[in-house]
Amino acid sequence: MEMHRDDIGARLGMWIFIFTEILLFGGLFLVYAVMRNRYSVEFHQAAHQLNAFIGTLNTVVLLLSSATVAMSVTAVQRGEKRKGVMFILITLVCAGIFLFNKYLEWGHKISIGLYPGSEMMIGLKYGYILFFSLYFFMTGLHMLHLLVGSIILTIVMVKIQIGTINAGKYTLLENGGLYWHLVDLIWIFLFPLLYLIT
Amino acid sequence: MAEAITHSYLENTGRYKGILAWLTSTDHKRIGLMYMYAMMVFFIVGVLLGELMRLELFRPGQQFITAQTYNGVFTIHGIIMIFTVVIPGLAAVFGNFSMPLLIGAHDVAFPRLNLFSWYLYILGAAIALSSQFMGNGPPDTGWTFYAPYSIQTHTNVVAAVFGAFVLGFSSILTGLNFIVTIHRFRAPGMTFFRMPLFPWSLYATAWIQVLATPIVGITLLMVIAERWLRIGFFDPSLGGDPILYQHLFWIYSHPAVYIMILPAMGVITEIIPTFAQRRVFGYKAIALSSLAIALVGYFVWAHHMYTSGMSITARWVFSLLTFLVAVPSAIKVFNWVTTMYKGSIAVKPPFLFALGFIILFMIGGLTGLSLGSLATDIHVHDTAYVVAHFHYIVFGGVGFAFFAALHYWYPKMYGRMYNFKRANIAFIFMFVGFNLLYFPQFVLGLMGMPRRYFDYLPQFTLGEQISSIGGFILLVGIIIMLVNLFSRKGGKAPDNPWGGTTLEWSIPSPPPHENFDKLPVITGEPYDYE
Repeated sequence: MEMHRDDIGARLGMWIFIFTEILLFGGLFLVYAVMRNRYSVEFHQAAHQLNAFIGTLNTVVLLLSSATVAMSVTAVQRGEKRKGVMFILITLVCAGIFLFNKYLEWGHKISIGLYPGSEMMIGLKYGYILFFSLYFFMTGLHMLHLLVGSIILTIVMVKIQIGTINAGKYTLLENGGLYWHLVDLIWIFLFPLLYLIT
Repeated sequence: MAEAITHSYLENTGRYKGILAWLTSTDHKRIGLMYMYAMMVFFIVGVLLGELMRLELFRPGQQFITAQTYNGVFTIHGIIMIFTVVIPGLAAVFGNFSMPLLIGAHDVAFPRLNLFSWYLYILGAAIALSSQFMGNGPPDTGWTFYAPYSIQTHTNVVAAVFGAFVLGFSSILTGLNFIVTIHRFRAPGMTFFRMPLFPWSLYATAWIQVLATPIVGITLLMVIAERWLRIGFFDPSLGGDPILYQHLFWIYSHPAVYIMILPAMGVITEIIPTFAQRRVFGYKAIALSSLAIALVGYFVWAHHMYTSGMSITARWVFSLLTFLVAVPSAIKVFNWVTTMYKGSIAVKPPFLFALGFIILFMIGGLTGLSLGSLATDIHVHDTAYVVAHFHYIVFGGVGFAFFAALHYWYPKMYGRMYNFKRANIAFIFMFVGFNLLYFPQFVLGLMGMPRRYFDYLPQFTLGEQISSIGGFILLVGIIIMLVNLFSRKGGKAPDNPWGGTTLEWSIPSPPPHENFDKLPVITGEPYDYE
């Protein structure tokens, strides 16, 4: 049997998949908009509870990781295999830093009893409950995507190393990179909505 | 290549034998059939559950199942029929089997992803069905999972909801696959406006699958999070909003109706010109009306919620858009009828089912308009009238179109014919039974019979009994049809039994593994009968 190979088709497919991911989060942004409109004062106050410093740090880390993915694509296109692997590795380290910061943030909130379904949470005003529920749900789903993205990039890195992704054939790397940019993009929206609008 | 031509796709040439050869096959034709077999099983289960409800409703009062059981039965009937039968429906079965043939391709763009979608489909269906046997009993929310009841009931809602989520994922991947296939894999010379109309309708469908399904995906995840973590988005006791759930649910679930019906319309558009031996009337109007339905259909969701509490402005806007979406549907009906005009019509089983589709779809569509107008909807909202309306669309429309497609492409699928006379008898039973089953429910609904009730007032007895009798006539028709098709008694099918002009009829029945020996070069329109 002949092997079909269609790079443009593969990229088109990836873009369509990215549309679906954006719409998946779109549903959450809709809930956020409705709730923010209804409880604007409480949302405003609750946002002060989030640590804008960690949020900003994570934003910088993610932006850096997107840049290194893009650099890895260019490196592989030029046939510089070692650089390609190294840039993906930096990206994965950034993902680790992001997750560690999130662990600190979530861990702190959970340790003081602030999480969906906790007794403390149920006793709060409606706007606070919904803000923190949205915070956990949105950042949680984002983290899940970040983990999936990290797994994809790990596979990509191994494939660059063993040479199945190379200067002549790098669609998987490009698509993995696209997915990573999506993870970044969603964070770019989550960050101001949750941390900055106070 | 030379070897591949001599073997049909039904014969095993690969590494595995028997059922494994099917379960590991990435051939779009085999995957189409695997969808069909699974779907037939779910369909029969759904039908039997429906008949169970009709038995219970044969007389007023409780007959042999309790009210709680009845709630469980109509819920799982809805979940099975909507999520595992009609939503994947024609797109998964005939989109897979026929679409690559119709556009002159060797396969879909991502064959392995296609097989993965099938496994997701089976997995999702299994999870949804497991809700019946695990946890605190079968879910009793109806297939709509309306909050806040769906977050309060003690029944096993999470499994059903998660099953629907996985099925949605499968649907997204199929849609994605089809969009890329249609963009990239059309035969040389086949421009978009030289493409047959079934692929056109699948293209519009695929965009809805891709753009609408994620919304219900996230909504269902929120329902699970409500139940497990009490996030409160839809829970009024935590400040959430149940109406918001309804909006999010219908933002997907109304376009889902077009996911079901657009491929059905596409199939009818293939069948009518073939059996009228006439060029399809208004090719471009039919092609573009599919896109128009997909586009406008995205903005009509809140017509399910006229009585839920919305501003007057929102209500009339949604009503107006609902009326607008009827226009492209009507364009198609007029085009089908005009295609038949002065044609040399051969009344064979696929054509009969297609004709049945047009009649039932028109009744379903027109009653949809009386539901879409604000004042009448208040009267018939949540009555048997709604039940009758959507069954005319999803069973009378999608179901009959599915059977039309099955009788149309059956010779190509198996290289065998079936008994025409028995197929016609089956059609008559089904058509009569269907109308006896659902038409009385329009009347009952207008008289005030609510939907989803397991009991009724004595004055509704006659209507309910006619309906139940119709249900069993329909069942007899379905059995005759399936026995006729799968008793394997028909003679060998020629390559082109109906005299069709589209590409699938230019290759052997059943097709070889790689479909086309040499990719066809397209120089003209698909329906060239003159």
